[in-house]
Amino acid sequence: MNIMDALLSQYIDAYYLHIMVLIGINIILALGLNITTGVTGQLSMGHAGFMSIGAYTAAILSIHMGLPFWGSLLGGATAAAGFGFLLGLPTLRLEGDYLAMITIGFAEIIRVFFLNFEPGGKALGLSGIPEHTTFSVVWMIAIVVIVLNVKLLHSRIGRSFYAIRENEIAAEAAGINTTRLKVLSFMVGAFLAGLGGGLYAHYMTYIAPQDFGFMKSIEFLNMVVLGGMGSIPGTILGTVVLTLAPEMLRIVAEYRLLFYGAMLVILMIFRPNGLLGDVRWYDIKKRWFSKEVKTWES
Amino acid sequence: MGILTLEGVSQEFGGLLALDDVSLDVENEKIFGIIGPNGAGKTTLFNIITGIYTPTSGKVKYQGHQINGVPPYDVARMGIGRTFQNIRLFNKLSVLDNVKVGCHGVTKAGILSALFGLPGERLEEKEITLRSCKLLEMVDLYEKRMEYADNLSYGEQRKLEIARALALKPALLLLDEPAAGMNASEKVSLMTFIKEIRNNENLTILLVEHDMNVVMNICEQIAVLDYGRKIADGPPEQVKNDEKVIQSYLGVEA
Amino acid sequence: MFIEQLVNGLTLGSTYALIALGYTMVYGIIQLINFAHGEIYMFGAFAGLLLVSVFGLNIFVALIGAMVFCMFLGMLIERIAYRPIRGKSSRLSALISAIGVSIFLSTLMALIRGTNTTRYPEIMKIHTYHLGSLDLSSLQIIILVVSALLMVGLQLLIQKTRIGKAMRACSQDLEAASLMGINANRVISYTFAIGSALAAAGGVMVGVYYNAVWPYMGTMAGLKAFAAAVLGGIGSIPGAMIGGLTLGVLEILGVAYLSSSYKDAIAFGILILVLILRPQGIMGKKITKKV
Repeated sequence: MNIMDALLSQYIDAYYLHIMVLIGINIILALGLNITTGVTGQLSMGHAGFMSIGAYTAAILSIHMGLPFWGSLLGGATAAAGFGFLLGLPTLRLEGDYLAMITIGFAEIIRVFFLNFEPGGKALGLSGIPEHTTFSVVWMIAIVVIVLNVKLLHSRIGRSFYAIRENEIAAEAAGINTTRLKVLSFMVGAFLAGLGGGLYAHYMTYIAPQDFGFMKSIEFLNMVVLGGMGSIPGTILGTVVLTLAPEMLRIVAEYRLLFYGAMLVILMIFRPNGLLGDVRWYDIKKRWFSKEVKTWES
Repeated sequence: MGILTLEGVSQEFGGLLALDDVSLDVENEKIFGIIGPNGAGKTTLFNIITGIYTPTSGKVKYQGHQINGVPPYDVARMGIGRTFQNIRLFNKLSVLDNVKVGCHGVTKAGILSALFGLPGERLEEKEITLRSCKLLEMVDLYEKRMEYADNLSYGEQRKLEIARALALKPALLLLDEPAAGMNASEKVSLMTFIKEIRNNENLTILLVEHDMNVVMNICEQIAVLDYGRKIADGPPEQVKNDEKVIQSYLGVEA
Repeated sequence: MFIEQLVNGLTLGSTYALIALGYTMVYGIIQLINFAHGEIYMFGAFAGLLLVSVFGLNIFVALIGAMVFCMFLGMLIERIAYRPIRGKSSRLSALISAIGVSIFLSTLMALIRGTNTTRYPEIMKIHTYHLGSLDLSSLQIIILVVSALLMVGLQLLIQKTRIGKAMRACSQDLEAASLMGINANRVISYTFAIGSALAAAGGVMVGVYYNAVWPYMGTMAGLKAFAAAVLGGIGSIPGAMIGGLTLGVLEILGVAYLSSSYKDAIAFGILILVLILRPQGIMGKKITKKV
């Protein structure tokens, strides 16, 4: 893999490679949030909190415990999933926007915790994290994550996630233990956030609490909703668009966030269900092949 | 003793007695109707049987087990399927996926076996798809299996709800106003369909319905509720001629 | 000492309450978490600053001016960013649109004013009254009195006027209300106007009290006020008032007696605890699931 990265860096501009790495990391994170919020319909606005748990855990495992890269990544993701379990528990009793508030509060508490966390360098952050995350590592993991996401969402568990989003009472009448599955969807989402966080830490080699603030959580939510809730291609597209947007908008320099904000509003007005929210392969195929089918029938 | 028995079930909502000491005995493989004016407590009764409400007092027994207090998903897994008065489909899922979700309670693949595509999971998925398609054929929705559920007509949606409930392989099926919103010919085919599934799947069917024609035609036993109380219980002929029933309900209708 | 902290807490809490009212009123009617609400509060603070420093107006006149300005700002935002989406898709799309507005407004202000904090000019001589061991500044008294007046005014508006009645009807059931001949769009517009005016009042008073305004002041204040609204029971107007005051007091006491480095965590910690113990908030009603 080192060879591949060496080759790539010879032929591709470092800046583009950097953007591609960020896109890969964001896809992993956004697909996690897509499971919790897009598919299962549990509005989570604290995704960056899970990301920070994964990032700090993985970084500390690498620096202080001398764990190999894969071990640290897995450790970070598992720690995040553990917190996902804890945060999923209140969903047993809370609904809708109360849950959103809990997730915001959770992420803020985590951020303040890291601001005061001695081994994490407090507000100064944690530096000297070994640089292990490369283009090929990120994209290998991203592709595995995408494939597993597709498998999960087409399975019995994935279908019941969608069912919970669509109608909880009907889901229970179909024998679905909704509380258990909601907690599970929180854990899966958090696991991927932690994984992305670990990759991020080992890419930037430096992390600080302000990297994982409320606006970061909002960025991931934007990716999922903009792309199309519960749609994997949609989430990927949303991630690519929203990761590229600030870069493309660099031409307009300090106005770029202005455009970014306006873009969100305009996109929601014209594509309220997200870019790919109501697009299915089945319908596309039907449209493309409908002519041939008709002539064959007649 | 039948497949489902209710013993002195009462349900109170903030001082309001929605059900008052109701006892029922539903015999195996019968079509049992529950009728009564609006607000008589029919849907409440369904919600108690399926575990959405826990009754204030009384016992619900299904196949000899007490099921009041058992959560709805476990009630479903024990073999009680239901439809809803105000249709509750998974609107943004395909017709086929709606039925596949219905299989959830009787299948068991977990998250890891799905991620790694273990052979058991694949086999189970195949079975689910096959059975769901068969059920859709039964209700004449196979051709529309890839449509979104909310694109179906009202009558089709009611049929899809029944197919989804049947996916659970229930022994007891609760139908909440299955004929609501259907025209005369749709009602006729619904009646044949209900009888058919009872015979083919060895089902017991408990149904709430407003349409007297439907109820009198297919039910073998009928209970009448009025203001939360059971005022009559028996075969259609007997109920039809019951004085209390005529007074409080049928008389008004006719 | 304790009493003094309590007064500090009530002062902070009453500004939370003013912002929280806007969240809760909008949420009560269209179930939208209006994330741009914190930015309206920030714009209110800057509008007040402009009126005081450039036009040299009296602070009370400036307060009213800022409220009027934000009233129109709130209505404008609703018209442009929320109304076109309403009813067309899930509530989340409207939420994202609100986030877009929030980013847009804070960036806009950062472009106009720069990202540094601006100080409010000295608007009046601040007296400190000594009541026994309690030190009470005239500013605190003004904030508490103005907030109380605004909240009483809001209650009167909601309970006694035609538009208040229409608002209550809409928050019960928007569809039924519009079938009864209530112009739902207009009611929603007024709701944004009133909520935004209250937030502006909060903004001006916070600006004066802490003597600082900056373009990103709305984010944390908005989050805390939303927390206050949820704490009180979202959708409930008395709930927002009680939630705001409770959160302000507990936060100040927490900082005073526990640790100041965990200041921002305290509010959310309390919120999570309360919600786990009482999922519908302090004043919220428990809704039985309808099947």
